[in-house]
Amino acid sequence: MHLTIHHDTLYRYGEAAHRVFQALRLWPIPGGGQVIRDWRVEIDGRKLRPTCRDGFGNPAATHVIDGPVAALSIVVHAEVDTQDRQGVLGDAIESLPPLFYLNASELTAIDPALQALADEQADPSGGEIAQLHRLCASVRERVDYRTDSTHVATSAAEALANGAGVCQDHAHVLIASARALGFPARYVSGYLCANAEGAAASHAWAEIHVNHLGWVGFDAANQMCPDERYVRVAVGRDYRDAAPVRGVRMGGLAETLDVQVRIGEGQ
Amino acid sequence: MLEKAACFDEMLGDDGTRAPYALVDAWLKSLPRDQLELKRREAEGLFRRIGITFAVYTEGGDPERLIPFDLIPRVLAQAEWQRLKLGLEQRVKALNAFIHDVYHGREILRAGRVPERLVLHNSQFRPEMAGFDLPGHIYSHIAGIDMVRTGPDQYYVLEDNCRTPSGVSYMVENREVMLRLFPDLFRRAAVAPVAHYPDELLETLRSVPPPNCRGEPTVVLLTPGIHNSAYYEHAFLADEMGIELVEGEDLLVQGDVCYMRTTRGLARVDVIYRRIDDEYIDPLVFHPNSMLGVPGLYFAYRAGNVNLANAIGAGIADDKAVYIHVPEMIRFYLGEEPLLSNVPTYDCRLPDDLKYVLAHLDELVVKAVHGSGGYGMLVGPHATQGQLAEFRALLKARPYDYIAQPTLSLSTVPTFVEQGIAPRHVDLRPFVLSGGDRIRIVPGGLTRVALREGSLVVNSSQGGGTKDTWVLEG
Repeated sequence: MHLTIHHDTLYRYGEAAHRVFQALRLWPIPGGGQVIRDWRVEIDGRKLRPTCRDGFGNPAATHVIDGPVAALSIVVHAEVDTQDRQGVLGDAIESLPPLFYLNASELTAIDPALQALADEQADPSGGEIAQLHRLCASVRERVDYRTDSTHVATSAAEALANGAGVCQDHAHVLIASARALGFPARYVSGYLCANAEGAAASHAWAEIHVNHLGWVGFDAANQMCPDERYVRVAVGRDYRDAAPVRGVRMGGLAETLDVQVRIGEGQ
Repeated sequence: MLEKAACFDEMLGDDGTRAPYALVDAWLKSLPRDQLELKRREAEGLFRRIGITFAVYTEGGDPERLIPFDLIPRVLAQAEWQRLKLGLEQRVKALNAFIHDVYHGREILRAGRVPERLVLHNSQFRPEMAGFDLPGHIYSHIAGIDMVRTGPDQYYVLEDNCRTPSGVSYMVENREVMLRLFPDLFRRAAVAPVAHYPDELLETLRSVPPPNCRGEPTVVLLTPGIHNSAYYEHAFLADEMGIELVEGEDLLVQGDVCYMRTTRGLARVDVIYRRIDDEYIDPLVFHPNSMLGVPGLYFAYRAGNVNLANAIGAGIADDKAVYIHVPEMIRFYLGEEPLLSNVPTYDCRLPDDLKYVLAHLDELVVKAVHGSGGYGMLVGPHATQGQLAEFRALLKARPYDYIAQPTLSLSTVPTFVEQGIAPRHVDLRPFVLSGGDRIRIVPGGLTRVALREGSLVVNSSQGGGTKDTWVLEG
């Protein structure tokens, strides 16, 4: 499938910031059968290219804007050819071994409720894929989809206790509970073209390492494995490692975000 | 006047004064006691004037106190030092090869020579460093290897400090003070100099420019600031090397290039000798609220525009449980037998080891795997019943956090204490500098001495002092 992505983010600062630093992970990590036809990132109209890869293999770059900064725009424009692999990543070159991804991280730390959620799906009958689909279903059942119920620093344990969250939280809860069952698991940030009307979004899901298949994507929010409507961008232990934008600002009051993502099929 | 110690005394040995100490022995015998006391006070005055202090985080009182300095030097013969030096070079080469390997192909884990989980699930393993090639493949440019001695030819490595080892300023200043107090003594002895350590350090830092460095690399020292316990050392080293001492806010990363703010504008920085911990280096990657670091520094590092000494993630080699495997690293990477011995160590994660440790707790030294500075440590033979019970409970609850070692009878060196001159236990921290060109080691290192009678804990935070360390030439 040929996807066209337009991702516009506008940051506004309540009071002009003196200086804004941002680290961007907005370029696609190789693998998963995506073919990148075009991928451009612009900061206030200036083109930015990745200057390095981080430890997880994500292309990255930073930029700094000297103040006064009242607003800041980040635009991603991309053309990608995708294929449906039922979530199976295939033989991408990995900088870290699966065993590493059994480590908990700050946002995916285990607690008794997460452990209990995992234990309910400890039965491997029907195979690991079936077991993980059951785990996805139970994550989705316990964590209702509700925007504004959580924020970017909400942990898996908090989201589960809350009983509500967004795709980031579904991914964190799935990751923490999959690890509790002994599966290496990681966070993926990317894009999803949800339907033909172009209702699309930045999205997050999990990848879980399964015997014989390797890394397989699981989207707990939509209870499915990623297909040709998904575009992978960055991976890590949790949101913090794979965040599309991480920033530090000097001065300036409350930051507000205005995000628009349009993904279309074809041209 | 000298008490005879039960363990190996480096001056007295088993049968009379050992050759390297002939001069020191004669000097001590010729020196009236009140003269020594006078010189001791003079030394204290000098240290106060230099301003060399060490902040200690326990107890009340003066937080900026002096580390006690003992006037009687610790002496190593040239032949003794040569043996140590070869062993240290070998060990640090293997440690650097290990760190490179764990962030690349992980051959030693695949070969089953070091447990995979010990590395990959270790809090000191930094995934941020995976797949990143460093200049010369060097991670621990400055390593402090803590050694103890138990006999004329028996040395052991107690631990490796691969992150930001401190104490080298004492090595240099102790010699400086001794030269001022006893110039005659140095005229009679051929002692290898140590004053050039800062030059050797600067050479080392200049030998590892980042790939995108043009021309002579600009080197700076990054400190967390005046509240850090080792701030004096940071200022001392920067001053001696003639480089800028900077804090996070003095540096700026723009376009993934690191600059320092100067009165004439921004100046590109190529190599940073950083004395701040990994987690504070860059708020865009590690602690989001850290004000000590520099936003974007990690990305400038990965982009090949700046190099850091020591590297982020070097701590994976100085974990006390990883320590157990250093002899195996030497065999694996260098194909050599280790020249320096490890202390036999019980890994409390292993059920058999734990059982042994619990049964012999009163004979062993127990250390927290991630502890430092002598905190979180039990010296079995000197512990109270209460302390033993406390550690027994800790070991059962969190066995993976502890290792245990036999209590070694550390060598003693004559030391000037209240009661006169008496043997006190010592250790030795040589500083090993690994550059892109070669390894440099200034002869000797920092000798730390446990001032309390019978004490084996030499840490300055626990009542330890320091001595000048002599390596005799020729």
